Amino acid sequence: MNTAYGLAGVLLVVVATVLIGVIGRISRTTSDFYVASRTVTPLRNASAIGGEYLSAASFLGIAGLILAYGADMLWLPVGWTGGYLILLVLVSAPLRRSGAYTLPDFAEARLESMAVRRVASILVVLISWLYLLPQFQSAGLVLRTVTGAPVWTGGVLVAVVVAVNVLVGGMRSVTLVQAFQYWMKLTALAVPLVFLLLAWRYDGAPGLAADTPPQFAERTTVSVGLAVTVDVVDPVQVVVDGRVDGQPYENGPLTLGPGRHHIAQNTSVTFPAGAEVPHVSDRPATTDRQWAMPLDGHPHSLYATYSLILATFLGTMGLPHVLVRFYTNPDGRAARRTTVMVLSLLGAFYLLPAVYGALGRLYTPELLMTGRADAVVLTLPGRLIGGVGGDLLGALVTGGAVAAFLSTSSGITVSVAGVIAQDILRGGVRSFRAGTLLALVVPLALAIAARALPVADVVGLAFAVAASTFCPLLVLGVWWRRLTVPGALAGLIAGGVLAGTAVIVTIAAGPPEGLLGALLAEPAAWSVPTAFATMIVVSLCTPGRVPRGVARMMVRLHTPESLAVDRGTWRPKRV
Amino acid sequence: MNVVIAVVATLLVTWIPALVWWRRQQGRGGDLGGPARRATFETLHTASRAAPAFRAGLTEQDAQKAARHLRVLLDCPALAITDRERLLAWDGEHEHHAEEVLGHAGVTLENGRTQVHDVACDLLDCPIRRVVVVPLATDDRVVGSLAAYGEDTPAGLIRAAEEVAQWVDAQLELAELDHSRTLLMEAEMRALRAQISPHFIYNSLTTIASFVRSDPERARELLLEFAGFTRYSFRRHGDFTTLAEELRSIDRYLLLQRARFGEQLRVTLRIAPEVLPVAVPFLCLQPLVENAVRHGLQDRSEPGLITIVAEDAGSDCLISVEDDGIGMDPEDVRRLLSGDVRPLTDDGDAAGIGLANVDDRLRQVYGPEYGLAVETGPGAGTKVIVRVPKYRPGVTAS
Repeated sequence: MNTAYGLAGVLLVVVATVLIGVIGRISRTTSDFYVASRTVTPLRNASAIGGEYLSAASFLGIAGLILAYGADMLWLPVGWTGGYLILLVLVSAPLRRSGAYTLPDFAEARLESMAVRRVASILVVLISWLYLLPQFQSAGLVLRTVTGAPVWTGGVLVAVVVAVNVLVGGMRSVTLVQAFQYWMKLTALAVPLVFLLLAWRYDGAPGLAADTPPQFAERTTVSVGLAVTVDVVDPVQVVVDGRVDGQPYENGPLTLGPGRHHIAQNTSVTFPAGAEVPHVSDRPATTDRQWAMPLDGHPHSLYATYSLILATFLGTMGLPHVLVRFYTNPDGRAARRTTVMVLSLLGAFYLLPAVYGALGRLYTPELLMTGRADAVVLTLPGRLIGGVGGDLLGALVTGGAVAAFLSTSSGITVSVAGVIAQDILRGGVRSFRAGTLLALVVPLALAIAARALPVADVVGLAFAVAASTFCPLLVLGVWWRRLTVPGALAGLIAGGVLAGTAVIVTIAAGPPEGLLGALLAEPAAWSVPTAFATMIVVSLCTPGRVPRGVARMMVRLHTPESLAVDRGTWRPKRV
Repeated sequence: MNVVIAVVATLLVTWIPALVWWRRQQGRGGDLGGPARRATFETLHTASRAAPAFRAGLTEQDAQKAARHLRVLLDCPALAITDRERLLAWDGEHEHHAEEVLGHAGVTLENGRTQVHDVACDLLDCPIRRVVVVPLATDDRVVGSLAAYGEDTPAGLIRAAEEVAQWVDAQLELAELDHSRTLLMEAEMRALRAQISPHFIYNSLTTIASFVRSDPERARELLLEFAGFTRYSFRRHGDFTTLAEELRSIDRYLLLQRARFGEQLRVTLRIAPEVLPVAVPFLCLQPLVENAVRHGLQDRSEPGLITIVAEDAGSDCLISVEDDGIGMDPEDVRRLLSGDVRPLTDDGDAAGIGLANVDDRLRQVYGPEYGLAVETGPGAGTKVIVRVPKYRPGVTAS
């Protein structure tokens, strides 16, 4: 990809984001001003939710995982959209009616307990950090793909832009900015895809049904940026510039025999046309037919699939930045309408990454060898189209990716900074600033220190933690009057500790082999039921601790705003 | 290597909170010195653990919690608390006696004196043979009773029970004090609800009257706006409203004022749509805008500009009302807000009472850190800033 065009794309988006953030307060001197016309419409609100929600995982990660693992990974986009269906049916309207602005607010309002609020705050911070970590990592990936800069620079760049934007008060007209970001991301994926599909048709529309692993269509030089270990199946004659298996070569020929080979960093290997693409050693080598079939490929994939479905469907409601957007709806009904629109907007968007993944398997199979499948969306336009056109489309995609990290990171940073400022520091403007820095620095440090994982996998883990903690709290909190304070606490802690342990093991060490590995890599299937069960059982054992105002709260959550009922009123706090 | 790191990290994450908690528990024990000091500490500690339960008055749930600690204080096998009609709590085993409590307490509830009764029991191993019932009273009115059961009721137990009852009385009186303080604050809050200035009503009506012949259509529109404004301002229910409603009312108010002042009054509104659903105290911006109009137009010939801004600020919402008029002396503002002096202006109504009123209400609802911030100086205009948290338990628009 042409560096200049790519950089231009990055810079344009960064500058636009900062500018909109700083200037973007709509000023209006008026003699006929109606507040009513200013309430946010469901469509704009839905676009804002989409803009904030579609992160690097959606923009880059899904295509990469589909390229590497095939049809099973289609559940990720399905789940990330379907989560809103559950949100719509179970919680969106009651949540809006509760008046809560953050998840800890809801916990406090429903259970009237500061202890539950604190635990919820800690969980919000942890989930947000887990969510920000892959955003920074993929920022590093993008910048590296575009300019070859070290991996950490991308993360630092995004963190700085977000910090500046949030600290100078650039989140004043968030809804507008985020709504714009959704359409920008959609365009950045859809427009290049049209050209890619035309090029694919021109190429004779090759399919992916062969019983062979992916092959290099023509003589291809693969540049390995970070050292990798690859598996070779059939012996292949290559030209190497760099080090392979510890031996230095200078454009020398080498026959890679079957088995494992170590390729050092900054080495380029040239494969002849028709050679099979070696796989990164920890990924199964699948033929195209296996790739296209569901539940084929890694062991325990049936369990992993169901666990993934559970995590994504139930985790969406527990993400801290989603709830804030629902507050912008004027009432519960508008909240439901917004959710319906979010469903269609996300559905439209998520069609695209799957196609990128499939095209990537045809045209950029060397990403399977370098282990950077997440870069497929960025690499395809340059590979398939080439020339200035390819460069421009590449710049567009890059810009979209940057928009993806910036919007998601800003959204999460604002919500988590609010929670840190209010519940952990003393509150007020200064605490908000400190909270912003704290919200960014920790995941940035983790992103630089931790090993690179597929971005969509880490986001998937964040969903699993959210599903194991806030999903039970919200669902039982909204629909079950017998939920008690100890029950909620026990459930939150049980779900948080179980899912959190799985996450730490998976990220720090990589999941172990076998069934245990599958259980740890996709914890939702056992941690979510455990959290629900804990919450219910402990609540039933402590019937005396049902919050006093539960009846009032239930009325407030479930009656439409148009009904005149007693929803309770403010009472001065006892001093 | 990585596996080791992971295991260590997991252990740390799960065990550090447990360790911290354990250390804190340990720290509470500590060295207390001799046995007398230890006894004093333990008695007071038990009492102070029972105290919060009574702060909401005599209720079943709280009596249950308190009974546990009181039984430890009196060191008896069973203890019961009643109000005037029913048994609130029974702590200890031998619950088959729980139904008889009201029978034992009857006389005490009638005459407010300590009574000792025998308890009949068929079970040979049941230690409950006698009971001492002491009255619980607030303001010389018997509100309940405390019954301590045991094998015998030595004088020591009776005296102790009476002392405990007196201590409970004190707690209940504190509870009542709390309750009346709450009522007082609520009443204050209602009383503070801003009043619409009679001058405004008079001026609006005369302005409308001036249009009736020259521009009947405009007069009709203004009259409808006026009706809408009064309907909103005179509503009786609910202490809170949404910012959107409040701004709509201000919009009507400014429309009427512009009809009166014409080009003299210019208004800029800059509202972030995100904060429109925020719940704010009813009529908390009206007095500020009224103040701005008065200050912005007073003693000058050129047009006055009023700027109203509402924006998102993390978990708070910032609303500011600014005018470019004559300004105020910061010292006056300070005294005004602290409630010392209420300077009278020429038109007879107390300027700034509105400001102080809004300030009081905001502080009462959201706490002292959420009072008004006023930036002003003589001749430098005035900017009043209201900061409201987006969410506060119990605060919902109605």
